[in-house]
Amino acid sequence: MSKRSIIPGFRLSMGISLFYLSILVLIPLSIIFIKSFELNAAQFWSTVVNPRVLASYRVSFVTALSAALINTVFGLIVAWVLVRYQFPGKKLIDALVDIPFALPTAVAGIALTALYAKNGWIGSLLEPLGIKVAYSPLGIIVALTFIGIPFVVRTVQPVIEDLEKDMEEAAVMLGAYRLRTFFQVILPTLYPALLTGFTLAFARGIGEYGSVVFISGNMPLVTEISPLLIMTKLEQYDYAGATAIAAVMLIVSFVLLLLINVLQWTMNRRMTANS
Amino acid sequence: MKNWSIRQFLLLLALVSVVVLLAACGQGNNNGNELEATNNAVNSSNAEKEHNNEAIKAKDPVKLLNVSYDPTRELYVEFNEAFAKHWKETANQEVTIEQSHGGSGKQGRAVIDGLEADVVTLALGYDIDAIVDAGLIEEDWQSQFELNSSPYTSTIVFLVRKGNPKNILDWNDLIKEGVEVITPNPKTSGGARWNYLAAWGYALQHNNNDEEAAKQYVAELFKHVPVLDTGARGSTTTFVEREIGDVLLAWENEAYLSINELGPDKFDIVYPSLSILAEPPVAIVDKVVDKRSTREVAEAYLQFLYTDEGQTIAGENYYRPTNPAIAEQFSDQFPKLELLQIDEDFGGWKAAQEKHFADGGLFDQIYSPGS
Repeated sequence: MSKRSIIPGFRLSMGISLFYLSILVLIPLSIIFIKSFELNAAQFWSTVVNPRVLASYRVSFVTALSAALINTVFGLIVAWVLVRYQFPGKKLIDALVDIPFALPTAVAGIALTALYAKNGWIGSLLEPLGIKVAYSPLGIIVALTFIGIPFVVRTVQPVIEDLEKDMEEAAVMLGAYRLRTFFQVILPTLYPALLTGFTLAFARGIGEYGSVVFISGNMPLVTEISPLLIMTKLEQYDYAGATAIAAVMLIVSFVLLLLINVLQWTMNRRMTANS
Repeated sequence: MKNWSIRQFLLLLALVSVVVLLAACGQGNNNGNELEATNNAVNSSNAEKEHNNEAIKAKDPVKLLNVSYDPTRELYVEFNEAFAKHWKETANQEVTIEQSHGGSGKQGRAVIDGLEADVVTLALGYDIDAIVDAGLIEEDWQSQFELNSSPYTSTIVFLVRKGNPKNILDWNDLIKEGVEVITPNPKTSGGARWNYLAAWGYALQHNNNDEEAAKQYVAELFKHVPVLDTGARGSTTTFVEREIGDVLLAWENEAYLSINELGPDKFDIVYPSLSILAEPPVAIVDKVVDKRSTREVAEAYLQFLYTDEGQTIAGENYYRPTNPAIAEQFSDQFPKLELLQIDEDFGGWKAAQEKHFADGGLFDQIYSPGS
């Protein structure tokens, strides 16, 4: 408080931010914890470490992680293509990337299931190869990949736009060829944006419910995601149990996101130190 | 500095007032009006409130909301039309009935959370009991209408692919090698609980009431289930549209609907040697009808289900009429079969729920690792 910021309006904007975050995020989230306190410690513990619940955490986190990794690789390629090349229909593809944001997730889930079920267009081709997509963990990954595409593309795209071609040219002139230019010159500058995109896609995947329930088959221990278990508990009028699982997911997700953010800070710092 | 603290104070005040407000809204989840907005079925609550008090005497048009479960869509579309006509003739009042459908448990929860249903027509008494526990319905709801407040009944049958290629004739055929069974999750679907209990009852009967053997049978049965949908309609879609599985355990009316909609050349209905008598109950939501002064019309609405006309509509929509004379007219449609009864064979819903479907109950044990 001793030193005034040069930019005016700090207090007002900070006040608005705090208020906004409180009513939209902090207070609703605290309700989850308050509700889950209806259980005593033993009940809480037995709810959240029940084998089926544990299996659902695993399914949720593993599929969300896989989908986010896939999106990081392919999202980067899409973003690269959209920035660096000119081709007919580019605007259209650019707009297409945002579709998963807009489409109701249930619609996505039903469409993907119809496509990947064993009598669907793609599913019928994969069936003879012994690959089962719909009603298997693979199906969940497909749905979450669909949901997560825009996050990676939209965070990486502006950074690629800002990349100066000179840098690549300099690298080539100094004797680095394509692969090396890509991995040692281009990629390091994209890491922070990629990490952000990855994090957003991952976080979105953990919480996704609407599209997954259609394609997953919902088999306990195998393809049952945590959000579904929460819904199941609610439908049995077990509010406290539902919020207990929600609280655990919240904490785990928060810790993971925090770790990724810390990683990003250190990476940023190293990058600015290097340059 | 002074300026700052005033602003800070105002901010704090605003925050505190919001917290208090939220806490007040959260007090008891019965008055959570904010939930209404999320439910597409309710879009007229303001209009309703206007003629809250003088509704009946002025014979203004009145609206009812019937919160029901998944497979009753077609039944109530037809029934509502008939009742509106009947009410116009007898009471000279326009009535519009809105319907809301979904999994029975989900629907019960919506009512508890503030969805203003005048009547509920759910899959299980258990879901209505949950609304009773929330204080919205009187304890004695099951004696308010005849026959335990169950105007129509149904049962669980097998829907198989045309010609019954896997030769599935009875419950023990479901656990044959290579047979895939489609049923929703009993934890979320009312219909699936009937499926499960019918299977359990069959296994008990064929193993001299040996519970251990019944448990094994049911566990084996669920090993044959490749997809566990959350509701009855979801399972029907999986079986009919996605063409997964060899047999669908379905409500009798749902099985007939699938056949009618997709042509009799694709599916057959198989009646097992033993099934279960499902009595989907109806009730008036006392708190809501008193608040909206709609008790009279709501009672007439449910009572109309018991009239010859209501019973015929039920029969035409493949629900078994309870009126013997009307049931006789539909005897070709509904073969007689041995039916287990929830109260006599399972000790009522509360007991069945606790033993089988509660957390850690028999159903959960089927899906524990290593079993």
